[in-house]
Amino acid sequence: MMDESRRGFIGKAFGAVAAVGGIASLIAMKKTWDPLPSVMSAGFTTVDVSGLEANKLEIVVWRGKPVFILKYSEDMKPTDGRSVKIGDYYFSVMIGLCTHLGCIPGYEGDKKMFKCACHGGEYSADGVNTFGPPPRPLDIPPFKLDGVTLVLGDEGPEYKKMTAKA
Amino acid sequence: MAEFKKADSMLEWFDQRLGVVNFAKVMMTEYWIPKNINFLWAMGVLLTVLFTFLVVSGIFLLMYYKPDANMAFDSVNYTIMQEVAYGWLFRHIHAVGASVVFLIIYIHMFTGIYYGSYKKGREMIWISGMLLFMLFSAEGFSGYMLPWGQMSYWAAYVITEIFGGIPFIGDDLVVWIRGNFYVADATLTRFFMLHVLLIPLAIIGAIVFHFYALRFPHVNNEHGEFFDFDEESKKYLAGDKKHSKVIPFWPVFLSKDVFVLGIFLIFFFYLVFFHYSFAMDPINFDKADGLKTPAHIYPEWYFLWSYEVLRGWFFEIAGISGKDLGLMAFGFANAIFLVIPWLDRSPIVKPANQRPYFKYWFWLMIADLMVLTEFGKLPPTGPNAWVGFGASLTFLVLFIALPFITKAEAGKVKGKK
Repeated sequence: MMDESRRGFIGKAFGAVAAVGGIASLIAMKKTWDPLPSVMSAGFTTVDVSGLEANKLEIVVWRGKPVFILKYSEDMKPTDGRSVKIGDYYFSVMIGLCTHLGCIPGYEGDKKMFKCACHGGEYSADGVNTFGPPPRPLDIPPFKLDGVTLVLGDEGPEYKKMTAKA
Repeated sequence: MAEFKKADSMLEWFDQRLGVVNFAKVMMTEYWIPKNINFLWAMGVLLTVLFTFLVVSGIFLLMYYKPDANMAFDSVNYTIMQEVAYGWLFRHIHAVGASVVFLIIYIHMFTGIYYGSYKKGREMIWISGMLLFMLFSAEGFSGYMLPWGQMSYWAAYVITEIFGGIPFIGDDLVVWIRGNFYVADATLTRFFMLHVLLIPLAIIGAIVFHFYALRFPHVNNEHGEFFDFDEESKKYLAGDKKHSKVIPFWPVFLSKDVFVLGIFLIFFFYLVFFHYSFAMDPINFDKADGLKTPAHIYPEWYFLWSYEVLRGWFFEIAGISGKDLGLMAFGFANAIFLVIPWLDRSPIVKPANQRPYFKYWFWLMIADLMVLTEFGKLPPTGPNAWVGFGASLTFLVLFIALPFITKAEAGKVKGKK
């Protein structure tokens, strides 16, 4: 009996040590697959919007995705929950991937709308889907405002207000 | 230590140390295969040979391939294709082999379903085989990324994006798998590791397991006949080869297989030398560009049916979005073949043409898979979308109905007796 419990104890102790080692290895392996710190810190894109022209589409790259920045001209009405006021002007800030299958729509300045060449989806200047297969408006990336500078990747109060409404 | 006496021959020397005589008997000359089989029973050997081709051609490609987002495309399309002597040959063998291996896997799989080779003790053969199918799918997908062309990039993008549909952890999981917020260098290098090391190791292990799983229930035969392998092999060894229902794996079974293999290799090398372009999508000769989606993205032919099951659901049903329905159907389609031994409730092991209800089910399933494959490549617009939805729905209904159909069949056959 004495022997049995000693063996049992050694067995359990061995099991416990092996389990701790196993879990620690799994954590290490999971973390090796994590995005690197350099990748995480490159996840922010800063854009100065003061020099942009009205009704002319600016495309910046954020996390490998195109982001549309469109400054509204005088005759364009801002949409609640979709248009961003930066300084004195209104802007559309949207991820430039069609919500249908991820193509990049083009901007037609004269008609003030986006048109996707892949399957004919159309969006208004504020990114709302108006025609064709897209299931929802263009996504709005998380952003923060810092004067006339737009920081993509960070969630500022303006962004939180917009998503709360949507 | 055991006592070794001086060996009289080289064979004896090895036999003393490694037991090679017994090993050869167990693995080859006294491994019994039924006699009543046809050419469809040669697919396993064809697959083993094809896998060897893929490994060997892969080794040569590995000598010049560079797993780096800036260098990968040129290392394949310039260095291997134009500079390396016979580099084109190894690439074509690898690309055509990857495509044809799926053709043979499907024939192998549907042979198993047609003849009922997955039940009454053969469940583990089937499961290990489906495990191999999944591993080969992962191997094909990870390998397709490596040339870093437009199709490589966007296939990687779309397929990794699928994991985003998993509730709660989806978005983080996609970033974790990619190693970046989008498909990038980190994605390429980790999938390179999977393609050249981890998955091939797993495949080799699964092949060994698949072969091992065959040993106890034995290979099925054309008539689904059960007989005593010990008794039949005794007859064969006693010289009554004519009345014995079995043949040894080596040399009798393999000699037939090698004939089928010979014919297959003529077809295979015809493709490699004269018709390789079917395995090399023209869009993939444009370098990967994360800011330019090709107008139309589709997978290689062997994934089209499950891709169409994913795509077929384009509208909301009962508050669940089309995208989520597609993901559920896709998950179902990829898991359902695994449990086929338990969906088939009929105890009959017979070729499908001798089973009153199952034969209709089998050919309907094959026809549906063909429709899915055909429409998986077409743009999902207009009537195509509805055909895709219909075929996708049919697939689900067929598999949900299988237990009832086979149960009814079992009842009918019993009634006759």
